[in-house]
Amino acid sequence: MTGTTLWAAVLVASAGCYLLKLAGLSVPASWVEQPWVARFVDFVPAGLLAALVVVQALTTGDRIVVDGRLAGLAVAALALALRAPFIVVLLLAGAAGALVHVVSG
Amino acid sequence: MSPDRSRTLRDAVGLGLAVGLYGVAFGAAADAAGLDVWQALTLSALMFTGASQFALVGVLGAGGSAPAAVGSALLLGTRNTVYAVRMAPLLAPRGLLRRAGAAHWVIDETTAMAVAAPSRELGRLAFWATGATIYLGWNAMTLVGVLGASGLGAPAEAALDSVVPAAFLALLWPRLRRGSREAGAQRRVAAGGAVVALALTPFVPPGVQVVAAVVAVALAGRPRRAEQPA
Repeated sequence: MTGTTLWAAVLVASAGCYLLKLAGLSVPASWVEQPWVARFVDFVPAGLLAALVVVQALTTGDRIVVDGRLAGLAVAALALALRAPFIVVLLLAGAAGALVHVVSG
Repeated sequence: MSPDRSRTLRDAVGLGLAVGLYGVAFGAAADAAGLDVWQALTLSALMFTGASQFALVGVLGAGGSAPAAVGSALLLGTRNTVYAVRMAPLLAPRGLLRRAGAAHWVIDETTAMAVAAPSRELGRLAFWATGATIYLGWNAMTLVGVLGASGLGAPAEAALDSVVPAAFLALLWPRLRRGSREAGAQRRVAAGGAVVALALTPFVPPGVQVVAAVVAVALAGRPRRAEQPA
């Protein structure tokens, strides 16, 4: 991807995300309080974040790859279940990933 | 300052600092995805909505196209619209300029803090204090992350690769926990999104599977008669 394309993605997405916020402060509440809109907005993050978790942890390009990232994810899940703070979860996941990399050479 | 005001301010700044630190992870993820320092900083300054920023660099990092990356960032950005609708009566920003300024800081954390405050006045204080603290911290730590990430050795890069999915899991986790709103349905949507994304990975261009996971959302979110409120 060229630098120009990357910049376009950065700027277009930034402008779009800002307008989504601004729209909320500007539109009548009744427009957004439709039940189907509310449900969509409630569920989009769960679906997308879960997709991003597996894509980031288990894929490289168009292949499914199992490596240290999966160990990091498992450690992160355990830490989250034990209610560890955000930053601790990330540190533990990173440490697990690095450990698997070093051990497996 | 009244005890209520100082407690609100303390909570807001505390949360802001904790969330701001997390900007390190974003800066590192942006670097790993091939963004330069200015692109990472622009995202934190102009987009300023963590999950969307992670989605954008996550899709780009997986080799996804620019439209797929932008699409996933915007989809995650839609919840800020709903937050802003809820915040409009509380903030009641007068004039175009103030509305434009307030809108930029409407994110998960500022909304949560403002809504939880015991009065409208404290809600506003919580919003602006949390927003200012997170904005400063998030941008500063993005710079630290993106600069610190370049020039790392292989084990550190492996660590970074593991931090990104863990970050998404940490963002997802509170939605799945027992006691959150419709936790059962959220779990089904999450499982559906994960399965759809993995199943499509070999067959579609990178990044498209993430956007396609919204299909699972559309199916689960279809209003059912039995669940319709009267």
